[in-house]
Amino acid sequence: MIAYIIKRLLSAIPVLLGISVIVFIIMALIPGDPATAILGSFATPENVEKLNRDLGLDKPMIQRYFIWLGNMLQGDFGRSFSLNKDVLDEISERFGATLVLAGVSFVLCSILGVVAGVLSASRQFGITDKLITLSVLIGISIPSFFLGMMMILFFSVQLRWFPVSGMWPIYGARDLSALLSHLFLPALALSVVATGVIARLSRSAMLEVLRQDFIRTARAKGLSEARVIWRHALKAAMVSVIPVLGVQAGFVLSGAVYIEMVFQWPGVGRMLVEAILKRDILLVQGGVVFVAACYVMFNIVVDIIQSLLDPRIKT
Amino acid sequence: MNVSFQFDKLSKKFPARKGALSLSKFEVSAVKTVSLKIKQGETFGLVGESGCGKSTLAKMLVGLLKPTSGKIEIDGKIFDKSEPKIFGKKIQYVFQDPISSLNPRKTIRQIMEAPLKNLHGMKRPDRDSRIKELFEAVNLRLDFLDRHPHEFSGGQAQRIGIARALAAEPKILVLDEPVSALDVSIQAQVLNLLEELKEKFGLTYFFISHDLSVVEAVSDRVAVMYFGSIVEVGTAEEIFSKPKHPYTKLLADSAPIIGKPLTLNENSGYELPDIMNPPKGCAFRDRCIFAKKLCSQKTPIFKKVKNGSAVSCHNPIN
Amino acid sequence: MALFARSQLAFIGLIILSLILILAILTPWLPLNDPNVIDTSNRFKRPFSEDSILGTDHLGRDLLSRLLWGTRLSIAVGLCAAIIAAFIGSAIGVIAGFYGGHTDNIIMRGVDMLMAFPYILLALAIVAALGPGLMNALIAVAIVNIPFFARNIRGVTLGIVHREFVDAARLSGMSNAKIIINEILPNVFPVIVVAMSTTVGWMILETAGLSFLGLGSQPPQADLGSMLGEARAAIITSPHTSVVPGVMILIIVMAINLVGDGIRDVLDPRLKSGALSTPRSTTEVAKNKSDAGLKTQTLLSINGLKTEFRIGNRILKAVNDVSLTVDKGQCVGIIGESGSGKSVTALSIMRLVSSPPGIITDGSIDFKGDDLLKLSSEDLRDFRGKKVSYVFQDPLSTLHPLYTVGQQLSEAIQSHNHVGKLEKHKKALELLQAVRISNPEKRLNSYPHELSGGMRQRIGIAMALANDPDIIIADEPTTALDVTVQAQILKLFQDLRREKGLALVFITHDFGVISQICDKVAVMYAGKIVETGPAAEILKSPAHPYTARLKSCVPELGQGKRNLIAIPGFPPMIDNMPSGCAFASRCEKVKQNCQSAMVDVKKIGQERAVRCLFPEEIKAG
Repeated sequence: MIAYIIKRLLSAIPVLLGISVIVFIIMALIPGDPATAILGSFATPENVEKLNRDLGLDKPMIQRYFIWLGNMLQGDFGRSFSLNKDVLDEISERFGATLVLAGVSFVLCSILGVVAGVLSASRQFGITDKLITLSVLIGISIPSFFLGMMMILFFSVQLRWFPVSGMWPIYGARDLSALLSHLFLPALALSVVATGVIARLSRSAMLEVLRQDFIRTARAKGLSEARVIWRHALKAAMVSVIPVLGVQAGFVLSGAVYIEMVFQWPGVGRMLVEAILKRDILLVQGGVVFVAACYVMFNIVVDIIQSLLDPRIKT
Repeated sequence: MNVSFQFDKLSKKFPARKGALSLSKFEVSAVKTVSLKIKQGETFGLVGESGCGKSTLAKMLVGLLKPTSGKIEIDGKIFDKSEPKIFGKKIQYVFQDPISSLNPRKTIRQIMEAPLKNLHGMKRPDRDSRIKELFEAVNLRLDFLDRHPHEFSGGQAQRIGIARALAAEPKILVLDEPVSALDVSIQAQVLNLLEELKEKFGLTYFFISHDLSVVEAVSDRVAVMYFGSIVEVGTAEEIFSKPKHPYTKLLADSAPIIGKPLTLNENSGYELPDIMNPPKGCAFRDRCIFAKKLCSQKTPIFKKVKNGSAVSCHNPIN
Repeated sequence: MALFARSQLAFIGLIILSLILILAILTPWLPLNDPNVIDTSNRFKRPFSEDSILGTDHLGRDLLSRLLWGTRLSIAVGLCAAIIAAFIGSAIGVIAGFYGGHTDNIIMRGVDMLMAFPYILLALAIVAALGPGLMNALIAVAIVNIPFFARNIRGVTLGIVHREFVDAARLSGMSNAKIIINEILPNVFPVIVVAMSTTVGWMILETAGLSFLGLGSQPPQADLGSMLGEARAAIITSPHTSVVPGVMILIIVMAINLVGDGIRDVLDPRLKSGALSTPRSTTEVAKNKSDAGLKTQTLLSINGLKTEFRIGNRILKAVNDVSLTVDKGQCVGIIGESGSGKSVTALSIMRLVSSPPGIITDGSIDFKGDDLLKLSSEDLRDFRGKKVSYVFQDPLSTLHPLYTVGQQLSEAIQSHNHVGKLEKHKKALELLQAVRISNPEKRLNSYPHELSGGMRQRIGIAMALANDPDIIIADEPTTALDVTVQAQILKLFQDLRREKGLALVFITHDFGVISQICDKVAVMYAGKIVETGPAAEILKSPAHPYTARLKSCVPELGQGKRNLIAIPGFPPMIDNMPSGCAFASRCEKVKQNCQSAMVDVKKIGQERAVRCLFPEEIKAG
């Protein structure tokens, strides 16, 4: 068991390196001189020369990569020219907000999605199934940013139940209830698509499992139908659903970018979009690598949970 | 009698890993140095239970798997390149599951034409007449040619498989459990057909099965395989009625026969040895009621005994 | 019938999608206002005002016109991205799956690297590098979706490459390239189509999203996403500028998803056989069945059982009037070939036949005074696993792969007795010992896949014994086992019967097995029992022509090489049964009466019965 965990952790290293290589290559596609690109409007000849020396930008590609990688591993992600701040500082300030939003949404949509899928499968063709299927269809077809905008229009502006934007009130206490009231709409809007995908998948996984022979054996033993579904079928279905949860986390994280824009949520997603529009290359680079690395670690945890669930994986 | 094909010291090892973290290379022996000479025109049967290596051996004989060591000789020529295209004209394969050996998205005609086009480069009119000939030989209607595999029953699909194997004009057919997936009454039909075809086309058969009575009913000679090695070879009449190897005796005693009561000593350990941890000496010793001390020390050698039989045992039954 | 509902939805989706596509294609020729003409004096006009049906946006541009032009662009871009991603991804997947080994490893490492990013990060990085623009957004979205196709198609290719027909193709002399094109691709293509149908909608959403953020289409070019993005500032004052493009995106993607679902249902072969409905916990019993119960003194009495399968408009009469009795401690064998109805008969006893599509339409099953067909699901549960247990054919698929042997055994005990943990453990060990498993303590913690076939089957038997049943129904329990293992399991059954006085219903296709453990045997053909009687007598001297022919076409050990007397013809189709005797077309003794009317069962002496007008002569002695 421990051996498997260590193996998975070690396997993360080449992936992380791969991510850094891919980001580096993409950034190298930027036309023109890298120093000018990084400095943007501050690209005076003296600044360009200084930056070249500091970051080794005039050296060959491979060397540049290792200098960049070395700096990152020491915690130096460079400096954002548009914000006049260290990139890592900015990211760490904003990452917490994204984590809260994406984390809560992910938990919400996993639980809702699985329950909806199981209910829908066990009462196949009943009214529950049809309702859930319809909701799921709308959920996966609607753009999350549009849904967010409509929710603001209806719940915040018309009904005044929730604040219009932001994570905290501008004036007033920054306590849990304030956070929850600000979090409610964005988390809901963010969960909609992923819930739909998970519900669909759980439903088909359950249907598949309910047709297996071991379900018939369970019934032949005289077990109650509830036990058959929730203990036998669900566990087997989860084996195919959990890896997808890992992928869905990626979608939730991605969707967070839109939701942060619509709800003015102070997270990493909004930071990245604004950085791109301002052509703040170092901020973009650092942000992408940081978030991707976190996502890789998250997936390792999902793999480990999967192996706890399915004893056939260890061998 | 001529030798149709023979193989000498054929073996197959697969790489494996002991445990999740170990980096050491470890090899598992699926087939351990088997040698046989098959006579022209005979049906040579091979029996063994699951895990004995018979399918691995079969795939090596037709070039689908490259042997780790040893050589195969067909009609006096040595075949050392495992290329199905080269083997294909001499020796062909009939699969166990007739439906899954046919591509579900192709018509029967397309399936039949493949060997004719690729192995013999036949033109359209030649192909059509050859297919007609083959379908008559296996008793199938020509209008089957435009249908798809899922439209056929097991028995019909197996005949198509046989016709396809014959299309390549081989002299030898390797049949890997050709009737195991069929109903008993259809089995008999297909087995009779195979015998007919053998006479008509002058073929040699290598017939693999786990069903002793089927093998006994169709073969001239039979070999018994256990844990990667051949433990006994004998004529079909004698091998199960007068077995020489204790495993052959165990097989013969276990087979349910009408009128024979259950007499098996149930406490004989039934586990196959661990393939990752093969035992020293004879692989059957833990289950053998005749085992001696020598059996756990030395691996027995395959030796000829009287009247054409051969056995690999330190303590054969007389 | 539910199938039709789903295809109805797909049909509606198809109509909507076609309408939109037609509109999109015809847009240049429609009488619309110029989408790019700025007219700030007319900004934010409400919908349904004169000369603009949907109103105008923040620059006074006509929304209807912009909507149609934007739709055109959004669909075109989404479709392009889908085709590029599908093509490149599938090619990579096929090559990785087919060649395997190092090629596969290297390719999949690369794909894994790409998949390690949440998709939008990668898309944002690419757009950041190439600069905002619709073309760049298209490239980004296509690249980001390549891994999805690569992984999927590789998986499918791996499944195909090891199938026997690929080996057969190799043996036909085909080169690798030919095999990929002729054998692999036709089987992979439906999967690609299904994968595309699920992702086209998604890619339209993704490109719209990038445009929404200002990273996709740049002014004056506008797709639906950027329309939505530009309207955001005015959401409170003029919501119609957001609602119009947003709802359009929703409609397009919903229609695509509906059509995609429809395509998937069509290409999924299991749907056709009705296999996609979840089996209920108990087989349905027809309400109008007759009340034919005969109260006898036997342990189990099946009377006139009829079970059929309703698939589409076909009715398959799998069990067509079967009557059988089992006495206390007796072993009754049911022998037949595939399609004879023996398994369905066995499953019907405890109503475990998959329903839908199965349904019991007639007969009664009398067990110690109760008609099992009349019981409710809840009451039936009391019998299952307690008075009547099952042992199934393939223990690998019939044992739960994710629970240990101990857990599954305990559950069997628990379902009918509420005992403490220690008690359960003790009982579980006893059961393992009863089925002669060595090292029972260790085995309790093993998972099914860690055990050999024979061992697993013993566990299956142990589970069946857990609550001291009166009768065990064994459905081909040794068919999947090696012959030496089979002999041991048969001996185990025999010993257990003696020790516990169990009755046994043993389904098989092997006469030798019948001879070794059964007292009585019933021979089934095409859903009916054609002969019953003491096993030894029937095997010595069968009365029904089918039994006689079946026996002689099975090779028996010890008879050397010989020609087998086959039965000509094929078994009948059970959805299109001939009138009269089902075996008539293959019987050499057939006479005219045989096919005119249903043949009834005739008794021969005390214990035998046969369903034949001209049975064989019974040899005495």
